[in-house]
Amino acid sequence: MKRLAEFALEVATNNGASYADVRIIKQESQLIETKDLAVAAVNLGESTGMGIRVLCNGGWGFASTQELTKKGVEKAALRAVETARASATCLDKPVTLAPEPAYNAVWVSPHTRDPFAVPLETKIGVLLQAARIMKSVEGVTLAQGEMSFIKDIKYFASTEGSRIEQTFIRSSCGIVANATTEGDRQTRSWPNSFGGQHELAGWEMVEKWDLPGNARRIAEEAVALLTADPCPQGMRDIIIGSSQLGLQIHESCGHPSELDRALGQEINMAGASFLTPDHLGKLQYGSRIVNLVADATAPGALGSFGFDDEGVKAQRVYLVKDGMFCGYLSSRDTAHLIGLPRSGGAMRAESWSYVPIIRMTNISLMPGDAGTLEELIASSADGTILFETNKSWSIDNLRYNFQFSTEIAWEIIGGKRARMLKNASYGGITPEFWNSCDAICSASDYIEWGLPNCGKGQPMQTMWTGHGAAPARFRNVQVGMAHAVKGDE
Amino acid sequence: MITRAQCKRIIDLATAHGKGECDGIEVTISASDLATSRFANNEMTQNQSPYAVAVSVRAVVDGRQARISANDTTPAGVRRLVDNAIVAARLLEKDPELLPLYSPSAAGHVCIPVNQYDARTARCGASERARAVAAIIAVARASKLNASGVFATGSHVTAIGNSEGLFGFHRRTEAECSITMTGPDSSGWSKDNQTRASLIDARSLAEIAAKKALASANPIEIPAGRYDVILEPAAVLDLLGFLWQDFTGTSVTDKLSCFLDKVGQKMLGDNITIVDDVTNQAQAGEPFDGEGLPRKTIVLVENGVIANLVHGRRSAARFGVQPTGHGLPEPSTYGEAPLNVVVSGGNTSLDEMIRTSEKAILLTRVWYVREVDPMTKIVTGMTRDGTFLVENGKVTAGVKNLRFNVSLIDMLNKVVALGRTQRTSGEETYPAVVPAMKVADFNFASTTRF
Repeated sequence: MKRLAEFALEVATNNGASYADVRIIKQESQLIETKDLAVAAVNLGESTGMGIRVLCNGGWGFASTQELTKKGVEKAALRAVETARASATCLDKPVTLAPEPAYNAVWVSPHTRDPFAVPLETKIGVLLQAARIMKSVEGVTLAQGEMSFIKDIKYFASTEGSRIEQTFIRSSCGIVANATTEGDRQTRSWPNSFGGQHELAGWEMVEKWDLPGNARRIAEEAVALLTADPCPQGMRDIIIGSSQLGLQIHESCGHPSELDRALGQEINMAGASFLTPDHLGKLQYGSRIVNLVADATAPGALGSFGFDDEGVKAQRVYLVKDGMFCGYLSSRDTAHLIGLPRSGGAMRAESWSYVPIIRMTNISLMPGDAGTLEELIASSADGTILFETNKSWSIDNLRYNFQFSTEIAWEIIGGKRARMLKNASYGGITPEFWNSCDAICSASDYIEWGLPNCGKGQPMQTMWTGHGAAPARFRNVQVGMAHAVKGDE
Repeated sequence: MITRAQCKRIIDLATAHGKGECDGIEVTISASDLATSRFANNEMTQNQSPYAVAVSVRAVVDGRQARISANDTTPAGVRRLVDNAIVAARLLEKDPELLPLYSPSAAGHVCIPVNQYDARTARCGASERARAVAAIIAVARASKLNASGVFATGSHVTAIGNSEGLFGFHRRTEAECSITMTGPDSSGWSKDNQTRASLIDARSLAEIAAKKALASANPIEIPAGRYDVILEPAAVLDLLGFLWQDFTGTSVTDKLSCFLDKVGQKMLGDNITIVDDVTNQAQAGEPFDGEGLPRKTIVLVENGVIANLVHGRRSAARFGVQPTGHGLPEPSTYGEAPLNVVVSGGNTSLDEMIRTSEKAILLTRVWYVREVDPMTKIVTGMTRDGTFLVENGKVTAGVKNLRFNVSLIDMLNKVVALGRTQRTSGEETYPAVVPAMKVADFNFASTTRF
């Protein structure tokens, strides 16, 4: 394989490429889904292939192949050069790459137990045990479970001399309890919605999140939500639980901090960003307790790596410091456009058949000093609403106007969760919202959440990103608007 | 691109290798070489030419099944895939609902051939795409705008076969052009997706996007509230796409559909008729489903009445009905899906909708649409890239974008005019054939800053 990578670089440079890099990726995957007490799907997968990216006459070209022979690789390398030459006919300025040292390195993501060594029966057994508990709660109409395991072995080589081998193991687990009556359906998930929790870890993460141990509680909550009061409408102080806050960070800080968006390169589909370069170092993005980092070095976090997909070493970069917007997620070909000396190391591709683009690493809100969630609740005024576990998310294409719904909410009275609320939603304008943040829980309540399904690029690529967060409080936020669709509401 | 004969060889090899070792082998092959040229800020930014083939084997062993997919198409790779699928299936519990593999000797196994392949589109190379991109950029420069978007061309293959003698092969070509033109405080968008590149007029699409960007300059802010809206087809598609899965038997069995116990009942307006029809000339799907059954044309909604659900074989057995040929590859959590939707149109042109409106909002496209409530089908989302105020029969201004929260059920009871139905591509769902719509009383919940 490594000889084929060298051959691809040789073909590219012999045919006019001024720069080339190659990624060979071997992937193994398992997806297990259960519905009630039945296995709904077991899908196993393997995939191996090569992606070749070249610069020729100042333009980018990319081609991929799964025919890992000299003939197949040569054809792909020539196709990459051909597309790069075509790109160069529609360019004002040639692409310039920020400098990066050449590395010879091996990196393996941290894990205790290889999930592919755990028998399928064991995995299914955990999901069915949780399903039995959920179905034992009267009113649960459908109990769902899911686990996925992915192993990527990735080799990167470039004409600048880097030779990097990385192994990634990603694991996920989650359960969902659905309760449906005529005219209403309520849902509770654990540890998170939309597939559960995802980590750069092994089987140990499944044991840590204890699906059976949380099955009864979420099942009972799903049923209780059917008769709960609806979320009120109006302006309230709110507390956002850590998994929902992770998604809030993803949408309202992570995406707008992508430099390709800020420069208009993603405007046709994913959109642009209100965080344009003229705001760098000048815009008070949030209150002074808000510190957001892009940290590709966080151990076990889903968006971590040793090196990105153009061979840039993993970094920890501030995006917002003391509330001030101060940094971007960047790449080698965008860094110089805003005067950065080096890429921030954020280029990743979904697989060998996709070109790397700027993606979030782990975009995380640094913990504060508000203690535990229970302490924050105890210190909050009557009428404050606690929102937990995402149900729906939407934000405009410059990342200003957002609206989120959560599976469950609680009205706080007397420093305690006093009333369960269903159909909960909140929304706002990003900088106003983050400037209203007045308390962030301490490191004891900080969790690195993983999102496996971030969509961006054309053709659309799916990426896995991480978001560390502890619960936080925001003042005077609009709530309850999502269900107010009738004229008389 | 992989050929019919190559697909047949792989399927024959796999089924022969599994013979005697299991009760049945099903093989699905999918391949794509769709190449995408991307541009932004009036320059080419990415140029991608991927090629991938995947082989997926489903083994059925003593009432159990497992699926394994890989991309090693060599004889040794295919044999290993079959061996692994059989081993995996043996590890699982029996599936009491599992059916034997589909046999083409079943009554009614007639796949209506659909020709969606164009050799010229399949051959279209990077230079040809670059010429189209250059033409788009020229329009942008002439209007002092920035062009961004994609021009993509290529082909796709799907083949299926099994140890019961089934073989199906479908190839199609695809060409797509999507353009956003941006000015200092405005933008406009246009998009087309066809099976033939010759049907896409990149310059005309660029001119439409440019016209919208120029017309929406200096946008005004209007208050959130309820307005009549004129939805261009892309906006209609990206809203209604959130309904398609509710028409499946499995979603009803799982109590996840908003149409529980509603088949035969009138839920939508008299002017709403929706069909799943792979034979429609503007559609591009395969004529067979994930188990190889011929896709039937199914009326989902007839004059507002929920008429039928679509079923794969498993769902059909639960309901005691015939499968409709909409199954997803087994095993599947979702069961089936209508993938070739056609929404009936009317004869009111977009211009006439504008001309007859006293006050309305014209939406080019919608963005980041997400379901808020699964039973009432409330969705939220934003307007984008060409939102206009219509007053006294004329477009009078661009407006700053708005967030909507609307029930799709309510919306489809308030359609006051329908345009001609046409092949349409948005960003939230797969292409379908839909019309423009004028809808009364559309709920905008908030505004944004641009």
